[in-house]
Amino acid sequence: MPTDWLWALLGGGIIGSAAALYLLVNGRIMGASGNVGELVDGIVLRSGAGRNWPEPAAFLAGLILVPALVVWAAGGAQTHVTSALWPLVLGGLLVGVGTRLANGCTSGHGVCGISRLAPRGIAATLVYISVGAVTMLVLRHQLGIL
Amino acid sequence: MRQIFAGLAGGLFGIGLWLSGMTDTLKVQGWLDIFGAWDPTLAFVMGGAIVPMAVAWRFTTGRQPALGGSFPGRPSPRLDAKLIGGSALFGAGWALSGLCPGPALASVSWGGFGSIVFLAAMLGGMALTPRLRTRLDGNAAGV
Repeated sequence: MPTDWLWALLGGGIIGSAAALYLLVNGRIMGASGNVGELVDGIVLRSGAGRNWPEPAAFLAGLILVPALVVWAAGGAQTHVTSALWPLVLGGLLVGVGTRLANGCTSGHGVCGISRLAPRGIAATLVYISVGAVTMLVLRHQLGIL
Repeated sequence: MRQIFAGLAGGLFGIGLWLSGMTDTLKVQGWLDIFGAWDPTLAFVMGGAIVPMAVAWRFTTGRQPALGGSFPGRPSPRLDAKLIGGSALFGAGWALSGLCPGPALASVSWGGFGSIVFLAAMLGGMALTPRLRTRLDGNAAGV
């Protein structure tokens, strides 16, 4: 649709405002994998990593419940997520391990990192987009399995 | 108070992800399909998000977060194997599924069974990472 880019820009502005709010009020980086990882590390390592758990927990509750309510009120939405299991299981594992090893994903390295010109954020973003593009090229166009 | 604002930020983030198209796996895979039928729309999401955040970072100089504490320090500029390798794994998984962590969480209520499978696998991967990281650090140190 020709108005898609306007929605993308508006949605992006809201994402950036949310990140600005989390930074200026709570003093925290709005990274999705970081906030989940903090909770997971706290459980797995039983260490101080999850000491601040109420804050990421509240962040994640808002991230799940608010869109649930808004989308329900708007009459539903589509993720068009595949029904094949292997890309979801393999993709989920790779996203989980990869974002924790790299200490960030699209929101932490992408939005929060690039906006302060952090070399690690810029490098991470270039790598995950390039590898994503090559993955699409090989699996969709060469092998035809995606 | 901290939890209220954390929840507010999370909710706003989720609405932005939905409105922008980031929770639609077809759009995401179209964005990554640079060598095929490329859909560049999602570049506007990153563009739109970076502007308010760049202003926020400027504002942090010489100030404190509204609820106290301190702002995150300047990150190390060092690029290491974990950053590059981890981001490469993430990119492959993002293309395979069309989901990254934020949108996967935001859309879990309407994504059906597939979303739940993805999230379970992602959480499993995250749970395995501390052990993997220790092993990688051990190898790097020649242990």
